[in-house]
Amino acid sequence: MTTRSARRTRRTLQVAGAGAAALLALSACSSSDSDKDTSSGTSASASPKLSGTVTVFAAASLQGSFETLGKQFEKEHPGTKVTFSFGGSDTLAANITGGAPADVFAAASPKTMAIVTDKGDAAGTPETFVRNQLEIATLPGNPDKVTSLKDLTGPGLKVVLCDKTVPCGAAAQKTLEASKLKLTPVSYEQDVKAALNKVVLKEADAAVVYKTDVKAAGDKVEGVEFPESSSAINDYPITLVKNAPNPAAAKAFIALVRSADGQKVLTSAGFLKP
Amino acid sequence: MTATGKPAAAASLRGGPRRGRVRSGTRRGVPLPLLLPALLGLAFLLLPLLALVVRAPWSTLPDQLTSTEVWQALRLSLLCATCATLVSLVLGVPLAWVLARTDFPGRGLVRALVTLPLVLPPVVGGVALLLALGRNGVVGQWLDDWFGVTLPFTTAGVVVAEAFVAMPFLVISVEGTLRAADPRYEEAATTLGASRFTAFRRVTLPLIAPGVAAGAVLAWARALGEFGATITFAGNFPGRTQTMPLSVYLAMQSNPEAAIALSLVLLAVSIAVLAGLRDRWMTAS
Amino acid sequence: MTDTDRTTPGPVPGPGGDGGLDARLVVERDAFRLDVTLTAAPGEVLALLGPNGAGKTTALRALAGLVALSDGHLRLDGAELDRTPPESRPVGVVFQDYLLFPHLTALDNVAFGPRCQGASKSAARERAAGWLERMGLAEHANAKPRRLSGGQAQRVALARALATRPRLLLLDEPLAALDARTRLDVRAQLRRHLAEFEAVAVLVTHDPLDAMVLADRLVVIEDGAVVQEGAPSDIARRPRTDYIAQLVGLNLFRGHADGHTVRLGDGPTVDVTVTELLAGDVFVAFPPSAVTLYRERPAGVSARNLWRCEVAGLETHGDLIRADLTGELPLAADLTTVSAAELDLRPGATVWASVKASQTHAYPA
Repeated sequence: MTTRSARRTRRTLQVAGAGAAALLALSACSSSDSDKDTSSGTSASASPKLSGTVTVFAAASLQGSFETLGKQFEKEHPGTKVTFSFGGSDTLAANITGGAPADVFAAASPKTMAIVTDKGDAAGTPETFVRNQLEIATLPGNPDKVTSLKDLTGPGLKVVLCDKTVPCGAAAQKTLEASKLKLTPVSYEQDVKAALNKVVLKEADAAVVYKTDVKAAGDKVEGVEFPESSSAINDYPITLVKNAPNPAAAKAFIALVRSADGQKVLTSAGFLKP
Repeated sequence: MTATGKPAAAASLRGGPRRGRVRSGTRRGVPLPLLLPALLGLAFLLLPLLALVVRAPWSTLPDQLTSTEVWQALRLSLLCATCATLVSLVLGVPLAWVLARTDFPGRGLVRALVTLPLVLPPVVGGVALLLALGRNGVVGQWLDDWFGVTLPFTTAGVVVAEAFVAMPFLVISVEGTLRAADPRYEEAATTLGASRFTAFRRVTLPLIAPGVAAGAVLAWARALGEFGATITFAGNFPGRTQTMPLSVYLAMQSNPEAAIALSLVLLAVSIAVLAGLRDRWMTAS
Repeated sequence: MTDTDRTTPGPVPGPGGDGGLDARLVVERDAFRLDVTLTAAPGEVLALLGPNGAGKTTALRALAGLVALSDGHLRLDGAELDRTPPESRPVGVVFQDYLLFPHLTALDNVAFGPRCQGASKSAARERAAGWLERMGLAEHANAKPRRLSGGQAQRVALARALATRPRLLLLDEPLAALDARTRLDVRAQLRRHLAEFEAVAVLVTHDPLDAMVLADRLVVIEDGAVVQEGAPSDIARRPRTDYIAQLVGLNLFRGHADGHTVRLGDGPTVDVTVTELLAGDVFVAFPPSAVTLYRERPAGVSARNLWRCEVAGLETHGDLIRADLTGELPLAADLTTVSAAELDLRPGATVWASVKASQTHAYPA
């Protein structure tokens, strides 16, 4: 009897051991970055000395400009570090409402920003810091001679739009409706980069995307401005997240974005001033 | 499965032929160090699905599912997955045979290359397909010039993308079955006057049918859930290239409840088809 | 489902070509080399006999075209077959474990060959039904192979091979997969069917009894070469290698004859007196039952053919006990259980063995 119970105990221990090993493996895989906040307590200078990491969640279209601003911020405030998470605004919004440790959220549309504000996860009221305008991206040299939105409705032209569920698609839709044009694309792409890439790869003849995207693609596509785009200009709101781990630095970063310096970086990427 | 509860479910999950249906002796003897992780593993796999069911917006579900777009996407998904499976069968079974039954320099490398789409991120697979078969692709430009065929943004493109991702499953499964099958049956067939192809068709193929079927089911399931390669290569247009996974993904951006509803439909259809096929094969053999 | 790739009819026999099999099979593989010459007239049954690994099955596969010849030739009814692929050879094979197609019924297994030769589905089935009838398997026509007994499966395999009307029938260990009881029946039936078969049949076996019962002529193969061939009775009486002698249960020695005396071996000289009058190199053979054992040197027995031996081992051999002896002459001796007990035989015991000259058989080597 005793041997049997002893054996059972040992077996239970083995099982527990296996379970523990599995948990260990899991926890080892989830990289811990909790030790990033080494807050040094010295705040000697006039302006409060900033330190630690600022985590910025920003719309994918902001990537180039924000990375430039991040480096500038780190230079101005030695001891700080800016980390970014770029992605679709809606995904980022879902992450924040799901409890992601973000300090700053910069969205590509008020609608996606509303996801965060509606849940009460924004500190204060979001403010528009730039605007983005639609532009037609065509193949280099514009071989199909596209000059207006109406040209895209012609037969034989392969046009891609963003899906209506993402901001660039919603804006395109709004523009088409406002100008009473009916456009049947070959595809509704899942995001603006995917739409642009179809033109870069020459699979589509044209795409309706943001000015900033056309600019970022360089000479791989040619941009065609169209007047109707003024009817659907996208506002980009930015806000401090309510449970921001590092609110002081976050506020400073937002200030940088809205400063003249920041605006210069953003407009050079193709954004419009608010 | 429901009547006898957990032990029966566990038994049926062991897979393989279920000939000796009641084997109480072995059931009693599942060692604890195996049983506990097994149950944990099962829970790990089923829990997310269960959560999907629990949190599903049941009250609004009827409204979510009455839109024609849902059924359009579902119909397209089933059609494309089935076509992709057929394409995989027509090309994959012969490929598996060549890998299993012939010897040529670099066969190991070829086998590794065949399985590459398994590890390739599907989105990359989609880009690769564009570069190969797109309007400006390495091969695609000829397709366009000579036949006026362009695959991107077409339903055929969806089939191509799904077959690209799903075929390796079929090839691996069939090749394994072929290796396990006795090649001397083919020899016996040739001594009876059958050419190697007739021997394959009339003897080998029926012998490996269960393996081919299993591979086809795997390929079909993979094709049904395909997202990355499809949206990258074939784009997204309702009724033409928007399959269920695409429709779920895009719904997720604006209306998560609709996305969950769509996922439930996909789940239900998959379970119905897979369970139905499996039972049929088991009783057939 | 007509076979688009139906086989071209087998090579036509050359005009006035001599019938039957004429082959020299050379197959080289790794360290192994098979080089055997086989000839057989139509209606003749040839048995390839040999130990495992001797190359019998390789020879059979070469005849079927499943193994390529490295050298030599293969003519059947005057037609060259060396380069003919297996599906185009007029050859039928019964494989060792039959290899009946498990997904087809007995009938469809037999109909497979005729179908491949271009017969319509119904014609092929009709022919197959006829063959099953002849094999006494009519009521098993619709059974799948796994429902057939070993003997039935063997007959289906035979019917399947014969249904293509081969000019050469190959049987690889046709009885090896059967238990002893079935074997007896099946052997008798097989003998009848082979006797009816009008073309050449070649069977491979390692069982001398199968070979003796079924074949008209034996070809003994060892290490890839033919060591002896001839009628079964001749080989049984006059084995030329230890392997055959053991198979047919004879003590066999090689020596130099001078009159009635044969001087054996190269070690200590041993003489055997025989009845034949011979000169030159000879074989001497005698059955173990011809050996008489004594515990003490027998007084009344002449010193001829009397050897001092030691018991190396004992085993029952049917009703008898076989003693394995070493010493002056390595011998096998059979004796009854009673005599074994009386002699108090046990391993290590010293015995005297004698053989009457009249019971030995000597023949030129």
